[in-house]
Parts: sequence; structure tokens; C-alpha cells
Amino acid sequence: MNPEPAVASALSRSYKHGFVTAIQADTLPEGLDEGVIRRISDKKGEPEWMLVWRLAAYRHWLGMTEPRWSSVRYPAIDYQAISYYSSPFADARTPVSLAEVDPKLLATYEKLGIPLDERLSLAGVAVDAVFDSVSVATTHQKMLAQKGIIFCSMSEAVREHGELVRHHLGTVVPSGDNFFAALNAAVFSDGTFCYIPPGVRCPMELSTYFRINAARTGQFERTLIIADRDSYVSYLEGCTAPMRDNHQLHAAVVELVALEGAEIQYATVQNWYPGDEEGRGGIYNFVTKRGVCRGARSRISWTQVETGSAITWKYPSVILLGEGSEGRFNSVAVTHHHQQADTGTKMIHLGANTRSSILSKGISAGHGHNAYRGLVKINAAADHARNHSRCDSLLLGGSCSAHTYPYIEVKNASARVEHEATTSRIGEDQLFYARQRGLLAEEAVALIVHGFCAEVLRELPMEFAVEARKLLAVTLEGSVG
Amino acid sequence: MLNVEGLHAAVGDRPILRGVELTLRPGEVHALMGPNGSGKSTLVHVLAGRPGYRVTAGRATLDGVDLLAMEPEQRAGAGVFLGFQHPVEIPGVSQQLFLKTALNALRRRRGEAELDASDCRERILRATRSIGLEESILSRSVNAGFSGGEKKQNELLQMATLTPRLALLDEMDSGLDIDALARVSQGIQALRGPDRAILLVTHHQRMLDWVVPDRVHVMIEGRIVLSGGSDLARELERRGYGWLMEEAA
Ligand SMILES: Nc1ncnc2c1ncn2[C@@H]1O[C@H](COP(=O)(O)OP(=O)(O)OP(=O)(O)O)[C@@H](O)[C@H]1O
Ligand SMILES: [Mg+2]
Repeated sequence: MNPEPAVASALSRSYKHGFVTAIQADTLPEGLDEGVIRRISDKKGEPEWMLVWRLAAYRHWLGMTEPRWSSVRYPAIDYQAISYYSSPFADARTPVSLAEVDPKLLATYEKLGIPLDERLSLAGVAVDAVFDSVSVATTHQKMLAQKGIIFCSMSEAVREHGELVRHHLGTVVPSGDNFFAALNAAVFSDGTFCYIPPGVRCPMELSTYFRINAARTGQFERTLIIADRDSYVSYLEGCTAPMRDNHQLHAAVVELVALEGAEIQYATVQNWYPGDEEGRGGIYNFVTKRGVCRGARSRISWTQVETGSAITWKYPSVILLGEGSEGRFNSVAVTHHHQQADTGTKMIHLGANTRSSILSKGISAGHGHNAYRGLVKINAAADHARNHSRCDSLLLGGSCSAHTYPYIEVKNASARVEHEATTSRIGEDQLFYARQRGLLAEEAVALIVHGFCAEVLRELPMEFAVEARKLLAVTLEGSVG
Repeated sequence: MLNVEGLHAAVGDRPILRGVELTLRPGEVHALMGPNGSGKSTLVHVLAGRPGYRVTAGRATLDGVDLLAMEPEQRAGAGVFLGFQHPVEIPGVSQQLFLKTALNALRRRRGEAELDASDCRERILRATRSIGLEESILSRSVNAGFSGGEKKQNELLQMATLTPRLALLDEMDSGLDIDALARVSQGIQALRGPDRAILLVTHHQRMLDWVVPDRVHVMIEGRIVLSGGSDLARELERRGYGWLMEEAA
């Protein structure tokens, strides 16, 4: 009988997106001051109001301190040792057509499985491709424009749809909201802007693929999605980065606005480089994501599969303002080796008959540290608000940890709030059962984990569910044996 | 086919198997009986490679190949199937996915081409019908919320799908009502085949009325102390194990 090569090779982890694209880049020197912010704004050809907004955020940020309340631990970040802008283009403007884009960039996205040529792209998915600090290309814009849908890079939106952006930017995540949100407001370089007009059901999945390439560069993107009355949009976000020994900072802000009767489904498959087995390198993923259900009966759902990053620190939240509005949070977070995740959500019930549900699945292996932190807040005016939360943790091995911190604040007696939590360990029994049927230990773990997350993965569009499942399997390679 | 010679196994420092001798030839069905705690489940688990048992002496080969040197999944690849006394639940994993994954894992291991989704489905459906189960069982999570009878039948569904050479079936008849016992027994009888050997661990004659064994063995304190034809099971039903235990002591 042949020895099983898969067992041996599975003991070392493989990050499949860790390559670097060798490309000439226009990169600002490391360091941060008002001059840097002016140069970013200038490179983007921004209107004056945008610069004013950035500078106000920067001054605010200077007076803030990094939050220390979460359970994640990392050495102090030197904000003067980061470059805040790196573009693969000499000219700051996005090329008008793919023909103008450096073939190396196109090849990079091809290698990542995201062809930017519309004819080759995944059926039914439009992509905005962000490379370091700029959007490289945005597909299917013309087709979407026929329906009145705006889908473009944030830089383009600031230039071309200034009034719309100005009206909504910072209304969900104010520029001084928290340390990282303020930093983002000051230096954000690109991201995606979507506007769905009243009554329109967006015919494609809209997506952004974030790629960090340059070394010692931070990525600070900002995404704003506005779903006007009775519209619908499903949006997806994917991310990868090269393998490097030093940590890189990714501090993004995402704002969602759902007006009356509108629905936004926002999904993330996060696969930033997690660092190596010893915990060297990897992305610090410090992200503020928040949506507001501004209109009655509006709905926002966050679905996230977090497999990458050295540290994940994010709490995609929903402010339930409109009467009868609904917020949902579905999450799978995996930590292996020395990865840390402190993630969860906030559901803020302001309107009557608002509903929210939280489903969190945390998986820890190796020395991974996984915390769910969630707030359910029912304000006095939120009559008959309802929330249901379930947090399940799965442990693989004895050196990892899982914690659940549910915070519940109820100021209205008619509210109904339910919280359940479980912690389980992958059983020897389950493993042996699956191996007896012929599965490798690795395959068995992947299958059991898949089952553990199935309810969340079902919330993802088909292609991404398949991708997410593969990612989970890769992430947990070497977690047994 | 299966050859077990002088097999000793322990859990920690505690010896449980103390020199098991057993030979099964293709096409044969053997019954393994014996009092509670005598080591029957231990034997089938050791043969299937369950971690936690230490083999201290002896050999076990399948078609001349050393089973004890292999990982559990390799033994499965070599054709060993264990029907669990207590089948394990895997929440969120559909039976269809589990069976498909197992089927293709075994095929890869044998160097056979993987089956595509529709061929898999076809095979699994055929197996499901042959065991007398409803197709709807395939969309449920593996063993999750199954009744005792369904769990046992489900083990047979897996066996029918994976077509092992050697099936070690641990108390497929425990905890079943009369009708379920008949269904499970008929299922096993249907899975008999000229190239397959089956070892049935059981406490009761009832199943052996349906699945008449070629040989019956009695295990006491980790050793097979008596073997005979199918009549032996009836004799044990009448006399119990007391007389054998005295002899063994
Ligand atoms: N993993 C284990 N750890 C400790 N003791 C064990 C373990 N497995 C088996 N034993 C012990 O070994 C002995 C034999 O157990 P085994 O389950 O093989 O018996 P059995 O013949 O199958 O009994 P039954 O008819 O009740 O199923 C028992 O005393 C049991 O407690
Ligand atoms: Mg037993």
C-alpha cells in the first residue's frame, strides 16, 4: 500500500495567492501628514469639498488613540512607516479601456481567477478590481448604466457623481467614528461606489476584488452602496495579498444605505494573507462596516467568510431605523496557526417592529484565537423589536481558543431577544467515522467544518459558496495529525 | 481473505484482546458472539484502525496485505468497512455529499477515475432502494436525528454504496423493533456476495435466522474460545455463556 502523500503535504499550509506582481508603481514615500493627504486628493483630481472632509478627519484622528478594548494583541503600529498611496499607473486616472491597462495587471487578476475581460468573466458578476490604492478596471458598467445603476470606483464617483457621494458619505460611518475609520476618512484611496435607482433589481452580482501588492503600503478603501426605494442589490467582496514577513495594514470603511423597501445583501470572502505558521507577516484587517436601514421594510444582510488576515477586527453592523426593517449577520471566521479574530456585529434597533438575526460560526485551530463580540441594542422607541442570535464555536486541537462576548441592551419591554451559544470540539468519533469511509483526515476535517458552516455558506451566491468551501479546507490544512 | 493471528491489543496498560485467531474466506459470513465486555467491538475497531488501541502482538492481513500498518482510510481503501454499533452524527453534511465524497475518495485510493455527480447520484440511489430506504434520507444530515433503526439501515446504505470486500458489522441488530430487525437482516443478506466476507457481531439468534452464518465464534475475555456451525448460536441462546466462561477460567 502506498504511503499517503496527501497526509505529508497537508502538514504545511499553502496560501495560493501569495505571489507578487513586478510592476512599476507610483508610490508615495512612507509617512503621514497633511501634505500626504493633499497629494492623494490631488492625484485623484478631487473637488475641494472632498479634501476639506479628509483634512477634518485627519485632524480629528490626530487626537484619537488606537482602541485597546478588543481581545486581539499586536505590537504598536508605526503610522509613519506606512506608505498611504501606491498606484500601478503613472497617471492617477483609471485607464478608459482594458487595452490601456498593463498586461501584467490583467494577468494578475487572471491568476487570481478574476478575468477582467467581460467576455471571460464569471457569468452574472460585474467586478471592480482594486489594486493597492486604485481601481484598475470596472466591468459591465455600460450594461448596468442602461438600468440607471451606477457601479464605479470611488474616485470616479467623487468626480462624476459628486452630489450623490457628498450627500451620503460619512452618514453611516461618520469620519470620526473610531480610530481606524478616521484614518480611513483621511487617506482613503479607492473603493467601490454603487447606486441602485428606485424599483430596480440589479441584474448581476456586483463585486469588488481587493488586491494588496506593494510592500509597506496600507490599503484604505472606502465603499458606499446606496439602494434607493424598492431596489435590490447583491454585492460581493474578495481580497488577497502576497506573502510577506512584515505585517500590512488594511483599514477599510463600508457604508450601506437602504431606503424604503430596498434590500442589500453584502457578502465577503476574506482571504488576506494570514501570516506563516510562526505568526510572521500577514494582514491586519481593521475594518468598519455598517449599514443603515433608513426606510421602512428595508433589509440589509452581511454574510462574511473570514479565513485570512493575521488579525481580523470587524463588526459589520446594521442600524434599524425604518419601521419593520430587518438586519442579518451571518459569519464564518476561521483562525489557524497564530491568527486572531475579534469579530461580530451590532444590531441597533431604533424603529418599531424591527428584526435582526445573528448567526456566527467560529472555528479555531492551532494557536488560533477566535472571539465573537456582538451588541444587540433595543432602543426605547423600538416597539416589538426582535432579535435572535446564535454563536457556535468549533475547536480543533487543544492550543486554540474561542470566546463569546454577547452584549445585550434592551430599553423597551416589548422586545424579544434570544441568545444561544455552543462550543464543540471536532470529535475523534466523527473523524474516525469519516476516515473509516475512506476520507483522509484532512478531508474529514474539511467536511465536518463544511457541515458546521453550512447554514452560513448557503447565504452566499453559488460560485462563492464553492470558493468559500475550498478556502476553508485550505485554511485548515495541517490542523490535524 | 481476512487472517487474524495471535492478535493482542490493549487500551493503555490494560490488555483487551489476548490472542485472537480468525480466518474468513471470500463469500463467508461469520457470526461473532460473546458476553458483554469480552472484546468483540474492540476486535473490529482494531481491525478498522481506530486510534487509541495499541496492538501489542500478532498479525492481521487482508489478502496477504498487512492491515495493521495502514491508516484507517487506507484500510477502507483496501476494502474494509466497519458498520458502527453507534453511528456518528455529522451535522450540516448531507448524506448525499458524504456518500459522494466517500465513494470518490475510495475510488481515488484504488486508482479509479472519480465518478461525476450524476453517476454518483445513480449509484447512491440504487443502493438506497436496495436497502429499502426512502430517497429523502439522502438530503438529511448524516445520522442527525435518525431513529435507532434508521441509523442501522443507514450503515447498510453506506456499505451498499461503497461495496467493501470485508464488512465488519457491529451489533446491527441492537435496539431495533421487530420490523426494523427484519429490514436490517434482509439488507445484510442481500449484501452477501461471493467476493465479500462479512463478520457479524451479535448477541441474538434472531438476526442469524435471516442471515445464516457459515461459522459462529464465541469470544470470551479477548480470545475466541469456541467456533462451530450455525447450530452453535442456537445452543448459546439455550445455554448462555456461563459454561464456557467456567471452561475458560
Ligand atoms: N477505548 C477504551 N478505553 C477503555 N476501555 C475500553 C476501551 N475500549 C474497550 N474497552 C474495554 O474493553 C473491554 C471490551 O470492550 P468491548 O467494547 O470490545 O466489548 P464487547 O465485547 O463489544 O461488549 P458488548 O457486547 O457489551 O458490546 C471492556 O471492558 C471495555 O470497557
Ligand atoms: Mg460491543
